[in-house]
Amino acid sequence: MAALTSVGETPIAAPAGRPRGMAAGRRRRLNTFRYVVFTLFGAFFLIPLLAMLRFSLEGAKLGTWSLSAWRQIASYQGSGIPPLLSSIEITLELAVITCAVMLVLLVPTMIWVQLRVRWLTRTIEVLCLLPLTIPAIVLVVGLGEIYNRIQRFSLSALMLFWIYVILALPYAYRALAAGLGGIDVKTLSEAARSLGASWFTVIVRVIAPNMRQGILNAVLLTFSLVLGEFTIAYLLLYTNLQVELYSISRNTPNAGVLFSTSFAALLFAFALLMILSYAGRGRRRSRG
Amino acid sequence: MNALVTAAKKEGTLNVIALPPTWANYGTIINTFEKKYGITVNSTLPDGTSQQEVDAVKQENGSPKAPDVLDVGLAVALANTKLFAPYEVSTWSDIPAAQKDPSGLWYEDYGGYMAIGYESKFGTITSLSQLLTPKFKGAVALNGNPTAANAALNGVMLANLAEGGTPSNISKGVAFFHQLKQVGNFNPISATGATIKAGSTPVVFNWDYLNLSSYVGVPGWKVFVPSGVALGGYYAQAINKNAPHPAAARLWEEFLYSQASTGGQNLWLQGGARPVEQQAMTSAGTIDTSAATALPTVSGTPVFLSQSQSSDAATYLATNWANAVG
Amino acid sequence: MTVAATTKTGVRPSWAGRRPHAPTWVGTVPFLAYVAIFLLWPTGIVVIDALKNPDGAWAFSNVSEFGNPLIRGYFIGSFKLCLLSAAAGSVLGAILAYAVASGDPDGLIRRLYLSVSGVLAQFGGVTLAFAFLVTIGPVGLLFHASWYFDFPWGIGLIYTYFQIPLMVLVFMPAIDGLKVQWREASENLGSSAWQYWRYVGGPLLAPAFLGGALLLFANALSAFATIQAWENQIAYIVPQQISTAMSSEVGLSSVNEASLLALGLVIMVAVVMTIYALLQRRAARWLR
Repeated sequence: MAALTSVGETPIAAPAGRPRGMAAGRRRRLNTFRYVVFTLFGAFFLIPLLAMLRFSLEGAKLGTWSLSAWRQIASYQGSGIPPLLSSIEITLELAVITCAVMLVLLVPTMIWVQLRVRWLTRTIEVLCLLPLTIPAIVLVVGLGEIYNRIQRFSLSALMLFWIYVILALPYAYRALAAGLGGIDVKTLSEAARSLGASWFTVIVRVIAPNMRQGILNAVLLTFSLVLGEFTIAYLLLYTNLQVELYSISRNTPNAGVLFSTSFAALLFAFALLMILSYAGRGRRRSRG
Repeated sequence: MNALVTAAKKEGTLNVIALPPTWANYGTIINTFEKKYGITVNSTLPDGTSQQEVDAVKQENGSPKAPDVLDVGLAVALANTKLFAPYEVSTWSDIPAAQKDPSGLWYEDYGGYMAIGYESKFGTITSLSQLLTPKFKGAVALNGNPTAANAALNGVMLANLAEGGTPSNISKGVAFFHQLKQVGNFNPISATGATIKAGSTPVVFNWDYLNLSSYVGVPGWKVFVPSGVALGGYYAQAINKNAPHPAAARLWEEFLYSQASTGGQNLWLQGGARPVEQQAMTSAGTIDTSAATALPTVSGTPVFLSQSQSSDAATYLATNWANAVG
Repeated sequence: MTVAATTKTGVRPSWAGRRPHAPTWVGTVPFLAYVAIFLLWPTGIVVIDALKNPDGAWAFSNVSEFGNPLIRGYFIGSFKLCLLSAAAGSVLGAILAYAVASGDPDGLIRRLYLSVSGVLAQFGGVTLAFAFLVTIGPVGLLFHASWYFDFPWGIGLIYTYFQIPLMVLVFMPAIDGLKVQWREASENLGSSAWQYWRYVGGPLLAPAFLGGALLLFANALSAFATIQAWENQIAYIVPQQISTAMSSEVGLSSVNEASLLALGLVIMVAVVMTIYALLQRRAARWLR
């Protein structure tokens, strides 16, 4: 029996026994659809980015070109502001810690709830949506008290991870839920348990690998969130990458620096996420 | 003074807040201070409002990250004196009595007059009513929302005074902006360096020291002040009562009010702002005369909004601004 | 059929046959504890602030502010904007997600779109608003959209820029869960593409779609940096008014008002979640 494959693994060549015409025709229509969609959406996303790029290359007078906005990122020394590299390092560390804590917290909890504590599903769903309802600017009023206590233990900006995990919950939960919903958790876990697996094994070695795409997307979203987070770090007076970039852009009357720094941050995040996406896809073909 | 310098150097750090480097030359001021005393200055929240500075003081109470010194608008300073520590700088007597708190809780530092900056492509503006003509379509912007930002509120007040209104009643100013909106000349974006450079906000109501060509980054940027209207505003310094670096904080204040050629007062002057000790320094000859003459001239008696006038204006705006420009 | 669980050596593992002594929800305690400390506590502080006056005394009459037509207007504006961007974002995002998911799972295009989506989902604020301003604003490079400053259309378009990538990321794992065999089976039974989607694919994807739409709605709810940069003179939505209340330096600031408005947002989300739960129950019925 052919192994269960997902939509994305539709074999290009039709398997024996099925009329070739139907599969090929459908494939052709699908491909046309895909290319049209990619072109339209690609244009929609690309054009504002290009406008931003164009603006970051703007010279002193409108219409001229100049690399000065980009050069200023590299040459920035700063008055009263720590250098760029240390903030990049801190933010990357923050991203990794946040991701790890988020996965450890969410994945087992969601699987466990799906299996044994179904009546908590809605509660968890609500809790995972709550962080998005309160604007950061007023959440800081409550957060300030907690961080005041945290600061007695550590002044490092790494302490931001406590709240970053919370901020990532809504996005990660949704991605993980979408992945979890597509697999038959009950059967898998019962099969594994009947073979003597511990709950740890069930969660980590049986179910999680089947949620690969969901987990990968949750990681991508979390990483991107930490790399792009500005408001909470800014209002709590910490320095992370975005705050640092913002300080750089405020330090010069060259307005283009705001855009060169933003664009650079986007490229950096993009490169990072591409690398991550390769890490997530290794050994799929070995199944079946 | 020497004891203060030693104590401050021992502390080694100073936390400042809401000091954009391109605002009244703060970038150079911070750099000069750092080099002169070897004290590291941590500058956070560069675009914070005065209210956010005070909120940060409360929020970070007890933490080594708490702001040591504040540079706030007068209204916020008057409302939060219980957070400040009294201190009189060595040049205290050179600060006019009306511009400082008698018990030393706050003291004004620099100020400017409200003006209208614009791109040279509009020619030369000689009166406010010119802004209502079609060539300014979608061009006129404020530096923020008047119900939130001090500079924007004063911008509306400038129009108010130019239209014959009084400081206690801002309705004529609001009416002027309503007219601007009717003819399609009002721009709802808050002007920033980027929007000005892109040409999206070619006419901006802002303090004169923020309308300097160098700050704005646009060559040929001109400034217009309606004749007979001199609407001024000064900011105030204060020291956090629970400052984590009290000696450095006081040294910073000494530096800001020093009348040396590389002292704070002259540095502010070079940033286009009027230092509070300007009169005393002109008599004593310690002022940077070339920078002083470069200041935009204002005619008419200077008007400074009092606490009650400013809050009355704010109350009026809270109920009427959205309707006027919506 | 129950099989006595055995380990490799044939010995029954120690946990087999032992009834769990602790109730099953204990497994969710780490997650709940974390959320309680870092989310519920700050939220609680904000809610309490909403019901106090500046002197710190209780002022339950604050709630009557919700009757103020000006305040109601903010909530209606928020609702409109969130609904518009969530509806557009979820539908368009679902289409794009399908296009991405139906391709080669290890291919470059999928990785590219995933990484780009990850980056753009968190993109926003001043730079995004500016990018659109220079593209279709009054002096736009592309053309001038006369509706650019209209609420909610102009800002709604800007919001879809990050809503669509977000939907792609949280919805794609669900599409991956659609097995190709189900499509083939339904075709063998003689159904058309429309019938497949109506009776098989649609109902299966509905929970994830609704969840994604809900996330998009909440995502748009507390965002304010973007709309603040889009235009700053009129407060259309609640977060703009919260920002004024929190940071106004002309004497109109009030932490209590900001907290009250935030409380209102939480209530609004609670209402939307109730509707969402009802919709989910209906969608679940299709699966029977």
